[in-house]
Amino acid sequence: MIKITNICKSYNNTQALQGISLEVNDGELFGLIGPDGAGKTTLMRILMTLLIQDEGQAEMNGLDVVKDYKRIRQLVGYMPGRFSLYQDLTVEENLSFFATVFGTTIEENYELIRDIYVQIEPFKNRLAGKLSGGMKQKLALSCALIHKPEILVLDEPTTGVDAVSRKEFWDMLKKLQKQGITILVSTPYMDEAGLCDRVALMQEGEVLSIDTPARIVENYSSTLLAARSDEMHRLIEDLRHWEKIDSAYAFGQFAHVTPKDDEMEAVELEQYLMHKKHNNLQVHEIAPGIEDVFMALMSGDRSY
Amino acid sequence: MDRFLGFVKKEFFHIFRDRRTMIILFGIPIIQLMLFGTVITNEIKDARIAIYDQSKDEMTQEITSKLLSSGYFLLDRNLQTTNDIEAILKKGRVKEVLVFGRDFSRKLKREGKADIQIIADASDPNLAKMLTSYTTGIINDYIFKEMGDLHLPMQVEPEVRMVYNENLQSVYMFVPGIMAMILMLISAMMTSISITREKELGTMEILLVSPLRPVQIILGKVTPYLLLSIINAVLILGIGHFIFGVPIKGSWVLLMGESVLFILMALCLGIMISSLSKTQMVAMFISVIALMLPTILLSGFIFSIENMPLPLQVVSHIIPPRWFIVILRNIMLKGVGMAYVWKETLVLVFMALLFVTIAVKKFKTRLE
Repeated sequence: MIKITNICKSYNNTQALQGISLEVNDGELFGLIGPDGAGKTTLMRILMTLLIQDEGQAEMNGLDVVKDYKRIRQLVGYMPGRFSLYQDLTVEENLSFFATVFGTTIEENYELIRDIYVQIEPFKNRLAGKLSGGMKQKLALSCALIHKPEILVLDEPTTGVDAVSRKEFWDMLKKLQKQGITILVSTPYMDEAGLCDRVALMQEGEVLSIDTPARIVENYSSTLLAARSDEMHRLIEDLRHWEKIDSAYAFGQFAHVTPKDDEMEAVELEQYLMHKKHNNLQVHEIAPGIEDVFMALMSGDRSY
Repeated sequence: MDRFLGFVKKEFFHIFRDRRTMIILFGIPIIQLMLFGTVITNEIKDARIAIYDQSKDEMTQEITSKLLSSGYFLLDRNLQTTNDIEAILKKGRVKEVLVFGRDFSRKLKREGKADIQIIADASDPNLAKMLTSYTTGIINDYIFKEMGDLHLPMQVEPEVRMVYNENLQSVYMFVPGIMAMILMLISAMMTSISITREKELGTMEILLVSPLRPVQIILGKVTPYLLLSIINAVLILGIGHFIFGVPIKGSWVLLMGESVLFILMALCLGIMISSLSKTQMVAMFISVIALMLPTILLSGFIFSIENMPLPLQVVSHIIPPRWFIVILRNIMLKGVGMAYVWKETLVLVFMALLFVTIAVKKFKTRLE
């Protein structure tokens, strides 16, 4: 279990974390969601005993991250944001190095990593630097797991990895969770938020909201409309200049539009846009996703 | 212990798989030794001279043949007029011109005085100085022998003997210097780079989070380089002794012991550098500029410390190789024992302790 109380951290004059508090329960898959610079890595490094917070307390399984850092280092598995393995060692050499460092062997804990390791085992004599992005992540995860950690902390494990590998990676995390490992994972991808048990939406060193992904979306009360036309750029500009619109931003092929009045119908929006001479218009009401909630939270939307 | 051995094994993989590291470790020492030992030399051999002999008598002929048979000089040509002198010096191939005055032997016998002019190309001042002194030496030698009955009013004849290096071979001077330089390079630069590389690649983050203690990380990093440096020390001494004939008069055991001490000191220095720098580039810069240059210039390796301006002499005291070179020369050339080098040894021990204390204090168990 991870317990964070009012953690503050600043670098020079930049406040990286401004009073973060959250709890991750035993065996939970918890996601830190937020854009670059939200403070996810800093928070994780504090938990990993690599940085010392300016204020507040944090505990990992009841151990203080400052006082008991040596004991924490025995029971956590960590996968930093950058690929941090030895590129000039082979897959197998990397794994057995980390196994010896933690005083164990590959054979002893093979059970835990088997599902992941079988996928890279055919390449076990290849240098780690020559693996593909997805393979590297699997190797890094194997190395982080080799000593059977109680808590696993993963800093943006799927950044720069293709869609298929990303899905595989999350499936693996789910499996590890079933073995009772508490997992804290950060990601800039909103679509991955839905795969966590609970998420904390972070921005500029603050937690905007903590809940299950489903409840976060449920609590979003505003109406959301989607619109598209041939000229998307002008469409968004037009929408932003209309006084009845609260926000409009591009989302895939559509613009997601939040009206000020929750009663607004798609027809009214369509008429306004036709009046602005947009061709091939499509407008309809949609159910908000977690991205929409996040965008609303970031702009300080009062309707939430 | 298993952890430590696992770490050392990993370190050896890094070293043996990186071609650049291997070249620095084993290529550079041998190449430098060969270069300094053969190419760069302070001795004169086959210097080209020209002679303008205005008397062409028996005596000038004999002096000429003495000069040419000494092995130091080669006759480029005989000149016919005074104008040729400047012309031939300008061409640059001939470094020295010897001019015998008219009626050389007759004047010498009658008046006890004759004229020889030595004109040297001083665009390379060291060479010119050496050429002229070699030439004068040979001529004086001849005159003393031939004209033993010359009764000069007073005569002091110094007997010169160059002890510990009778033939003034420069390789005697270079081997200890190169040894200090190479061991410094390998031990300090390579360890500091290999530790900062872990920081730069982000692997240090994982090592810190692991149960490895800082001491284990540092020792694991240093052990391979200690072993390789010892091999290098043996290699350099071996080449110096068996190929270049540098004598090792003192005990091999003491010599190796002192070398290991110096290596340890340099390793501590390397660890200290690595804990002060964040990237490999910085570590390398500090190693090259703060270590290599002073090692070459201020350690007494090439330029003797006694002739330096006072401030630089003072600075040279904090340069570790200065002390090591003294130890090496004393043991190798003079064959003395511990009784004569204990002061320098103590200085090295003190330096090693100082560096390792700073390094351990500065080593971070966290990222900042």
